[in-house]
Amino acid sequence: MTELRYLAPDTLDEAVGAFAKAGSAARILAGGTDLLVQMRSGVLKPGVIVDIKKIPEVTAIEQTADGGFRVGAAVSGMALAEHETFGKVWPGVLEAVNLIGSKQVQGRASAGGNLCNGSPAGDSVPAMVAAGAIVTVQGPDGRREMKVEDVPAGPGRTNLKPGEILVSFTLPPRPPGSSDAYLRMIPRTEMDIAVVGCGVSLTMKDGIVTAARIGLGAVAPTVLLVEDAANALIGSKLDDAALAKAAAACSAACRPIDDKRGTIAYRVKVAGVLLKRTAAIAAQRATQKN
Amino acid sequence: MNVVTNNKWIGQRTIRPDGMDKVTGRAQFAADTTMPGMIWGKVLRSPHPHARIKSIDTSKAEKLPGVKAVVTSKDIVDFPIEKGAVMLGIQDMRWMCRNVMARDKALFPGHPVAAVAATTEAIAEEACKLIEVDYEVLPWSIEIDDALKPDAPVLHEFNKFDGKPSNIVGRLEHKKGDIAEGFKKADVVIERTFTTRPVHQGYIEPHACLISVAPDGKTTIWSSSQGQFMVRAMTAYLTGIPQSDIRAIPAEIGGGFGGKTIVYLEPLATLLAKKSGRPVKMVMTREEVMRATGPTSGSKSTVTIGATKDGKIVAAHGTFYLQAGAFPGSPIRGAAGCSFTPYDIPNLLSEGYDVCSNRSKVAAYRAPGAPIGAYAVECVLDEVAEALKMDPLDFRLKNAAKEGTKAAHGPVFPRIGYIETVEAAKASPHYAAPLGDGHGKLRGRGVASGFWFNAGGESSAQVNITEDGNVVVTTGHPDIGGSRAGIANICAELLGIDYRRVSVIIGDTQTVGFSNLTGGSRVLFASSMVVTQSTEKIIQTLRERAAKIWEIDPEAVKWENGAAHPASPNAGQFEPLTLEELAEKAPAMGGPIGAGVQLNTQGADGGFGTHVCDVEVDVDLGIARVIRYTAVQDVGRAIHPGYVEGQLQGGVAQGIGWALNEEYIYTKEGKVDNPGFLDYRMPVCSDLPMIDCIMVEIPNPKHPQGVKGVGEVPLVPVMAAVANAIYNALGKRFYALPMSPPKVLEVLEAPTQQAAE
Ligand SMILES: Cc1cc2nc3c(=O)[nH]c(=O)nc-3n(C[C@H](O)[C@H](O)[C@H](O)COP(=O)(O)OP(=O)(O)OC[C@H]3O[C@@H](n4cnc5c(N)ncnc54)[C@H](O)[C@@H]3O)c2cc1C
Repeated sequence: MTELRYLAPDTLDEAVGAFAKAGSAARILAGGTDLLVQMRSGVLKPGVIVDIKKIPEVTAIEQTADGGFRVGAAVSGMALAEHETFGKVWPGVLEAVNLIGSKQVQGRASAGGNLCNGSPAGDSVPAMVAAGAIVTVQGPDGRREMKVEDVPAGPGRTNLKPGEILVSFTLPPRPPGSSDAYLRMIPRTEMDIAVVGCGVSLTMKDGIVTAARIGLGAVAPTVLLVEDAANALIGSKLDDAALAKAAAACSAACRPIDDKRGTIAYRVKVAGVLLKRTAAIAAQRATQKN
Repeated sequence: MNVVTNNKWIGQRTIRPDGMDKVTGRAQFAADTTMPGMIWGKVLRSPHPHARIKSIDTSKAEKLPGVKAVVTSKDIVDFPIEKGAVMLGIQDMRWMCRNVMARDKALFPGHPVAAVAATTEAIAEEACKLIEVDYEVLPWSIEIDDALKPDAPVLHEFNKFDGKPSNIVGRLEHKKGDIAEGFKKADVVIERTFTTRPVHQGYIEPHACLISVAPDGKTTIWSSSQGQFMVRAMTAYLTGIPQSDIRAIPAEIGGGFGGKTIVYLEPLATLLAKKSGRPVKMVMTREEVMRATGPTSGSKSTVTIGATKDGKIVAAHGTFYLQAGAFPGSPIRGAAGCSFTPYDIPNLLSEGYDVCSNRSKVAAYRAPGAPIGAYAVECVLDEVAEALKMDPLDFRLKNAAKEGTKAAHGPVFPRIGYIETVEAAKASPHYAAPLGDGHGKLRGRGVASGFWFNAGGESSAQVNITEDGNVVVTTGHPDIGGSRAGIANICAELLGIDYRRVSVIIGDTQTVGFSNLTGGSRVLFASSMVVTQSTEKIIQTLRERAAKIWEIDPEAVKWENGAAHPASPNAGQFEPLTLEELAEKAPAMGGPIGAGVQLNTQGADGGFGTHVCDVEVDVDLGIARVIRYTAVQDVGRAIHPGYVEGQLQGGVAQGIGWALNEEYIYTKEGKVDNPGFLDYRMPVCSDLPMIDCIMVEIPNPKHPQGVKGVGEVPLVPVMAAVANAIYNALGKRFYALPMSPPKVLEVLEAPTQQAAE
């Protein structure tokens, strides 16, 4: 009945042009593991689909001059896992991206799609927030950069402007003694949506935390950067008191809902439990590398 | 154990006949069928849990270009309530005609109110939106407690209980002795109340059919079901087309577990096809499956068990309230009838109440009702054993039913295998193994037993020898658990030929005799009886033919290793005549070789199982995982052990889902809030350990191969085994399913007195 147009441009300029022109009827297609599901279930009926997977910049993984990484928005989980060094530097980001779905889903699903889908439970987002990733977006008015935590606006919504496409994630260079980790709570062992997700990135020197960032997912309308929790860890040796304080800060930051996936009380409690466990893994990785 | 070892094929893990098609994607499921000129049917469903349908206006939908037919309840044959029950098996057509299409009232969200056929699915969907239904929205209730309140909205006003309109639409009881007297003798009495949530059968293949009605009324149905004859009969009843005009062709089935023992789409598609003159295809979405088919009942059970100090159960009382959904028919027979059956209890009262409420009509689910009842009974038994400081398996042994025990639901048991299952569980490597270190997680072990009636009933088969001397067996039950493989083993065994020479197919309603649906763990039991008798007739014919050729007496010919031989040297010296040779000579020797048998099979024996479960609980997250599981079952005779183990493992997997995560969640508006596999959490592979099986073989003496049904028992003990293991790990008891992480954490964090209550 309604017609659907599919475009697969080779350049970002073309993609932005077509996307902006089609207006609200258009959708960007990365891996399609959210988009196609939403279309099949009748939630979405786009008139135009702009597939960005033919655009080199959007599917590339590069090491930047300063030692950081630039990951194209449509890079699949599998491609990221196969990169030689990315997972060594950002094991937490990689494990978060690789937790999405199953092997089959991993062949397609991207961190860009995970972020732009706007789910507060998206697995890669808390890890990207903890990593301090910066995103590059391109729209009819050119390019701009945003902090990853500023992209989600609420369930299913982002702060991208009409016609804007997410191009890449830039992850900063890592000082020695740094690592990260991501854990999620799901009732099953896989193929599930995070009831709580927690990303922790740490830098340690002589057993003391010198820098920390913490991202929490599925406990509020958007993924949260929990600075109070990070501050509780910075300067500590990750002793029980510091961890308890950080866990309490995570629980306090939660503004969850009671829904079919978990109760408020449960999510608040679990946010703290996960913080402790994730921080322990990140610290172990950070100190191992020294 | 009484295992026959000299068989060549019976007891072998032969290659399953449907395996290649299934792993290569060639298997034809109902949704794979197409026909020239085919159009698509869609159902308009009630958004309300409870509403009077004042009027339906389909005129706008009918005018939409592409729409070929619209049907409403006016087109379905009515079975007036006041005229009394019209039964087909366990289904009353009065309820079936109202379930496939709401008549005066819509009784659950998802209840069909109209159906449309159009040239595309999209047009059919669009047309559904153009149908105007004038609803008078009524108050509703879903949960048992709500449906039983004195002021609860009554779904079926005609129904009275204790003289008043009520949602209690049925009651049954099994009684033995005098419980009041019995409890007086008890040193320990424990009474507990349990609740379970509705759970869906969770078959992967949604309901689907393609139906063609020719101008002369000849109707062909391709559909996914557990019984092509059930499909034919129900469609005939609900459309008025005689059964002789309906050919129901069973498709390969992608799971049923009891949920495909009734029809939803077939009568609607038949009427749409008849009206439009075009073949009509209908395929449910997952959401429709979750909202409008199955599931089994949610429940509320109270169980009291009394025992003496030396560990004898002296009295027990069970009251089981089961949600029927929109129409009467919850499986109270399984709950009240099976739950205490493994035990020899002198004083027993087991009562079941069938409760209607505004959710989809219950459909059978693997040992319907029995797992619900066993959950309550086996958990209380665990508490009684603990109070008596007895090992829970020893406690069960001490009270075990055996040959001669009179079951409360009627029979005096013949030789049964319950005790052997408990003994095998006790002797298993699992029960002897230490729990091991959980590295911060708490571990525990639990046990539970279960019983299911099993069934026989009508079965038909035709066995034909092909011209090249091979064998085709046609039976009439959809194969959902390995019956084709089992039949091939049996037929090959009897004929003394390689099992690969026996091809087993499932006939359609017009090519094989009536066969009751696949349910009650009846199929291999029943169909191997008729196949055995058919094959024996063929062997008799083959001996007669050889005798004729050799010009000796048929009695002097024996059949062995796929050939006729002289029975003894006195009979004469003849080269054996093989099946191939006799088939080749058939035209000259009296014609084609084949035989068919039809029976109402009798003599099914019930099945018993005992399970051992280890769990590990993450106490900070409330996550319980099953880390080791052993299912012991008396399987009669394992004709195809691979399939028997598959049945045991499948049942256990479903039970673990039921115990830990699966549940229907409802919105405040009374709608299912998790109508998909993302939020209706069945276990995935990585959630389960390898499930070990111990097959105890106590052959059924009334069956030629000793077969007992095996498909349903393995679900019965599971939830109790898991619950008892969680108690063993945590020292806290759970009285409600599922034991999902938020609920486990809630109990763990509750003040101790409350939790112990
Ligand atoms: C079986 C299954 C399991 C899943 N399990 C998980 C899980 O465990 N955890 C989890 O977090 N998610 C899960 N998901 C959801 C989904 O796979 C992820 O969100 C995935 O990261 C989406 O990426 P994609 O590339 O497929 O996005 P797409 O579906 O292509 O896009 C998602 C949305 O983002 C928009 N979009 C995509 N790329 C851009 C861009 N560059 N610029 C602007 N807008 C863009 C699209 O228009 C669309 O609205 C699962 C999905 C399935 C089907």
